[in-house]
Amino acid sequence: MLSRRIIPCLDVRDGQVVKGVRFRDHVVMGAIEDLAERYRDAGADELVFYDITASPQGRSVDRAWVERVARIIDIPFCVAGGIRSVEDARAVLHAGADKVSINTPALERPALIAELAEAFGSQCVVVGIDSLRDDDLRWRVRTYTGDPERTRVLARETLDWIIEAQRLGAGEIVLNCMAADGVRRGYDIEQLQAARAVCAVPLVASGGAGAVEHFETVFRAADVDAALAASVFHSGAIAIADLKRSLAAAGIAIRPPAAPTTDSEPSP
Amino acid sequence: MNLVLVDSGGANIGSVRYALARLGVEAPLTADHARILAADRVILPGVGAAGAAMAQLRQAGLIEVLRACRQPLLGICLGMQLLFESSEEGEVDCLGLLPGRVARMPAAPGIRIPHMGWNRLQPLRPSPLLAGIGGDDWAYFVHGYAAPVGPDCVAACDHGEPFAAVVQRGRVMGAQFHPERSAVTGLRILRNFLEAAFEPAVEEGRA
Repeated sequence: MLSRRIIPCLDVRDGQVVKGVRFRDHVVMGAIEDLAERYRDAGADELVFYDITASPQGRSVDRAWVERVARIIDIPFCVAGGIRSVEDARAVLHAGADKVSINTPALERPALIAELAEAFGSQCVVVGIDSLRDDDLRWRVRTYTGDPERTRVLARETLDWIIEAQRLGAGEIVLNCMAADGVRRGYDIEQLQAARAVCAVPLVASGGAGAVEHFETVFRAADVDAALAASVFHSGAIAIADLKRSLAAAGIAIRPPAAPTTDSEPSP
Repeated sequence: MNLVLVDSGGANIGSVRYALARLGVEAPLTADHARILAADRVILPGVGAAGAAMAQLRQAGLIEVLRACRQPLLGICLGMQLLFESSEEGEVDCLGLLPGRVARMPAAPGIRIPHMGWNRLQPLRPSPLLAGIGGDDWAYFVHGYAAPVGPDCVAACDHGEPFAAVVQRGRVMGAQFHPERSAVTGLRILRNFLEAAFEPAVEEGRA
């Protein structure tokens, strides 16, 4: 049986891992390779690296660190940030990334999803969506969320975009629920349930994890394939090995952590 | 160890090469016919679509080269699918080194396609490629097409329906998952491929 995945997300800025609250006020968490190795050892199923400044600065992701990560870790990882073309994606995949995630560039030019799926197969193509509920209670997508000064609200509704992205060839959807991000009160179950109802490809919940039970809830209530989190893992508030043992004990299909130790987790 | 990675134009070549480097083996990426034919071991990696990959192999003149190989050959992910006779993906003829046809995995309630993530291997029969691998070993899969559990399947996996996770027929073998991204399980399988002895299948030996 396919296991549910636990995915630490590493926001990368200027070659270091950073973390903000509600996409703002970033603090440096450590070196990319150090965190990648520690999470691999802790039992992470996959890693996502978001180069959060690439898209606002109009540049592609820096390939040098992608290659360094690919050389040292033996679990899959996905890279996001400013990938605007088949050539951008090819460079990142050739550097050793297993998947690319596109967000703002896909909204600006949806055909990019189809081009990437055609070139590399849908399984390589992740569409990341930053979503916030508006006053009319509809969820809508945001762009350029890596830089608060440039973040934009689009008229496009989140659920419509999930459907469109799949039609174009997206192999996975990561839904970043911005209102929940970084505040550790749990995943946005209502929004994720709505997304699940229209999402036939793997769906990754993002934003809001603060406690072990939040993971159990999002797997059970929203039936997501994977749960992504950053601050609770970076801070050491939740040790991935402990989390996975708890989820397995609760009957969630989980790949067991490799070794019964949490020594290798990042310390607070 | 003279090991080569066949340049099939796939995009995940880097990660396979790095995994082999972690095992202490330098594996050049090549489309050179003589170099492939002279290698001790050949790996056919691949990510992407079967039609595009076969077109690439044809253009590079590699279809006949791969059919002429007599050394151990490991196909990874799409590379394993290309070993079979044909694929439903693009309705394309493949290398025909293993009997069978690769088909689209059927979606079902709760069964999402592509099959993406860690799943458990179910060893079916002994194979040098599976030395040290048991029913508690997990591997990382990312694919939407799969080969059936046929006569050459040595380990199955289940995603809605059973499918072939590892195949081996003599010195021709494949892994549907990504050993280079499957932690210790994948490392073990790559090491087995490098170190074990694989005899040609009986019918091949007569040929």
